[in-house]
Amino acid sequence: MNFRQISDLVMSASSADETEVLGFEQNESLTRFANNCIHQNVTERNVQITVRSVIETKIGIAISNDLRPESLRELAIRAGDVAKLQPSNPEFKGLPQPQVITPVESFDSAVAECTPEQRAARVGIICRKAADAGCAAAGSMTTSSLNVGVANSKGVFAEHRLTLADESTVIMGQNSSGWAQRTGWQLAAIEAEALADEAISKVRMGADPVDFEPGEYSVVLEPYATADLLEMLAYDGMGALAVQEGRSWMNGRIGERIMADSVNIVDDGTNIAGIPCPFDFEGLPKKVVPIVASGVALSPVYDSFTAGREDRKQSTGHATPPSPQGRFGPAPMNLFLRPGSTSLETMIKTTKFGLYITRFWYTRTVHPRDAVVTGMTRDGTFVIRNGEIAHPIKSLRFTQSYVEGLKYTEAIGETTRVLRSGFGGAVSVPAVKLAKFRFTSSTR
Amino acid sequence: MKDFTSHALNVATAKGARYADIRIIDHRQQVVSVKNGNVDGIGDQYSQGFGIRVLVGNSWGFASSAYVAKAEIERVATLAVQIAMASAMVPGPPVDLGSPVRSTGQYTTPIEVDPFSISLEQKLDLLFRADEILRRNSGVRVSEANVIAIRNHKFFSNTEGAFVQQILYESGGAVAATAVSDIEVQTRSHPNSFRYQGTGGWEYVINADLVGNAERVAAEAVALLAADVCPSKDTTLVLDSSQLALQIHESCGHPTELDRVFGTEAAFAGRSFLTLEKRNNFRYGSDIVNMTAESVRPTGLGTFGWDDEGVPASSTPLVREGEFVGYLMSRETASKLALESNGCMRADGWNRLPLIRMTNVSLEPGTWELDDMIADTDDGIFMETNRSWSIDDMRLNFQFGTEIGHEIKGGKRVRLLKNCTYAGITPDFWKSCDAIGNSRHWRLWGTPNCGKGEPMQTMGTGHGASPARFRNVKVGVFR
Repeated sequence: MNFRQISDLVMSASSADETEVLGFEQNESLTRFANNCIHQNVTERNVQITVRSVIETKIGIAISNDLRPESLRELAIRAGDVAKLQPSNPEFKGLPQPQVITPVESFDSAVAECTPEQRAARVGIICRKAADAGCAAAGSMTTSSLNVGVANSKGVFAEHRLTLADESTVIMGQNSSGWAQRTGWQLAAIEAEALADEAISKVRMGADPVDFEPGEYSVVLEPYATADLLEMLAYDGMGALAVQEGRSWMNGRIGERIMADSVNIVDDGTNIAGIPCPFDFEGLPKKVVPIVASGVALSPVYDSFTAGREDRKQSTGHATPPSPQGRFGPAPMNLFLRPGSTSLETMIKTTKFGLYITRFWYTRTVHPRDAVVTGMTRDGTFVIRNGEIAHPIKSLRFTQSYVEGLKYTEAIGETTRVLRSGFGGAVSVPAVKLAKFRFTSSTR
Repeated sequence: MKDFTSHALNVATAKGARYADIRIIDHRQQVVSVKNGNVDGIGDQYSQGFGIRVLVGNSWGFASSAYVAKAEIERVATLAVQIAMASAMVPGPPVDLGSPVRSTGQYTTPIEVDPFSISLEQKLDLLFRADEILRRNSGVRVSEANVIAIRNHKFFSNTEGAFVQQILYESGGAVAATAVSDIEVQTRSHPNSFRYQGTGGWEYVINADLVGNAERVAAEAVALLAADVCPSKDTTLVLDSSQLALQIHESCGHPTELDRVFGTEAAFAGRSFLTLEKRNNFRYGSDIVNMTAESVRPTGLGTFGWDDEGVPASSTPLVREGEFVGYLMSRETASKLALESNGCMRADGWNRLPLIRMTNVSLEPGTWELDDMIADTDDGIFMETNRSWSIDDMRLNFQFGTEIGHEIKGGKRVRLLKNCTYAGITPDFWKSCDAIGNSRHWRLWGTPNCGKGEPMQTMGTGHGASPARFRNVKVGVFR
């Protein structure tokens, strides 16, 4: 059955006032390597149908991967039965009406048809290069294709197919390591040779790291580290639900200049430079949302529920999939930190004393209202002295407000890198130089 | 079902696998969540499918599908072998699985009340009653209450003759109140900040007494807004058992996973400081620290009949009188140490490969009453309920935050403290442990959200602990 047939069947079986069907059909393969060999190699074929039934202002959700017609009919009835049990929720204004959706291309057949042998060949390049360098490589390569469909009883019907390719590696030497990652919707984004070379060069640069006293330092962040700034800021409050509940870093800051003038953060859902999708999981078109413009906090992103709670607000097309576990709320899924005009080399050259950070790891929110985050540096942390990378140091723990960190942005890189986000979607980010960043402990 | 699994294994063998196993899983999950007097989420989730793992030569392949049908089984078994052959393009060392696993039998989680027999109306009634009490406190901005019920019906079979069937039930629930001021957010939750969850029936939820604790939770959240901030200093730290459970998870459970030690999680979850030469030769903690992994203890999220390699549930010492003595193992990793697997391989669904996961990794009880432990502390902080957590890739440098703290002065709990954090280095921290609560205070907690592997798998693990005391700990990392 195709998605049209599935959604028609579900809606015909539903007796709810309004019915929505969200479908995912996914083929995902992942080749994982460690110690210079492939040790896990998997593939998955799955579907998921989510039915959201609305009776008056009550919502019921049922989810299944069973596509037999009788099961789909039962799913529709089940969602309706769940809805009937509830008290009214006057904050819910109904499922959205259809809007014009402009298609966007983000499907590459080379990704969708990538074979285990092709993935192994790319992984093999990294493993052989690492072995030749006397190192051990670990990492993974993912190729996946996803068909997304959304339909509702008010006439919304949207379908999109997209692909994702991602490869990353940690290459380890005697006492140092390097990291490299590439993400894109096209297979051409994956450059195994370049990945290996980048990580191996960091292993060599990072050999024999020394202890370093934690404290507040100027930092130059590679795009991998910058990506964490955006991901955690997104998680900690770029969605309207977080703002409405008073737990976002945007609370009390909207309209204020809270970051450096050079900082422009935008969610641009249809931009093919990232991982685009033309509509959200309610089937509404994605709008371009400037979240921070010239350092000024402007607006979170909305779905129809959060927009309906405020006067004269409309969804920006950022609904996440409905879940029985409760509303996660709207979220940016194709986030960009606009590039500046400074090269990475210039950032280093203009730093008298500071730290060069490859990436952050295991970051967690400490205080959401200020987006205070703790985490570790990993896979290459270096001292910059008098405009040059002087020597490697052992990984450091930081505890830092990301909002305040970006307030002291001194330079933004001229090129961006697309990276798969740990929270779904993608971020496109350049390197940045921040004047102050607080490191709170060191490791062994 | 046996015909089905046999056919898959026969196809895999005929295509060239020297070992194969298959898991067929039918998963049902029901969640009900209430927020601010409204239903925030409610519904059922069903997922079924199968996964076939094959070993061809010394290379692994795994393929899975949601379409449980004979033709699809043949396609997937063939694909798994093709994938294993592709793995051989970048080969590794010889794979030895140790002794054959020929387990047979059936296991069902002992439950008093099937959580799916409780109607949604009854579940909503419980949650609305708790939520209403939370909202009685005008300082509460966001009130939340939720319950969850899970049933996993699993079949496992392998080419060595194993065939086991398991029905695993999980139940859980929690309440939380969030208070907000102009500058900050404070949340208190009960019984724990992650959903309180274990293997068991509806009785597990009832025992949590969500309604009876709602008023206290709301009052504490509001009080925290006006509380003093945790001071920055080195001091004596007393942790409640729920926070200690996560401390054990991160700083003992993960570093004892043998796949980390062999580097196979290096790129994602990380490695371990507990390298091979340290087994039976490394002081992990003080003499009173004893840690055990066990999958046989009732109600733990790591409790089952057999793991996903068909290895029976067991109990394994990890730390004895402070000495590091054991790992969490799979068949393949155990054989590298000339040991047998202690049954720690689990996958979070039919579409995922089994990985080494914690079962129930617990700190054995000590001898102290909590009141005596606090009375015996001149100057320190008592911290409860996790709020944030982070640890480095070797599992050495950690930093945790808790929802609430109390200053201890002269053997008494005095000032309420907010934004409590503490940090340390794993073995230094455990070596500083000088008091552990007795079995009366010991409680088995669930961590339902442990992430590991690529594609990411979310697994439930169990951790038992009594409150314990640690000396000279850095607290108040960020004021």
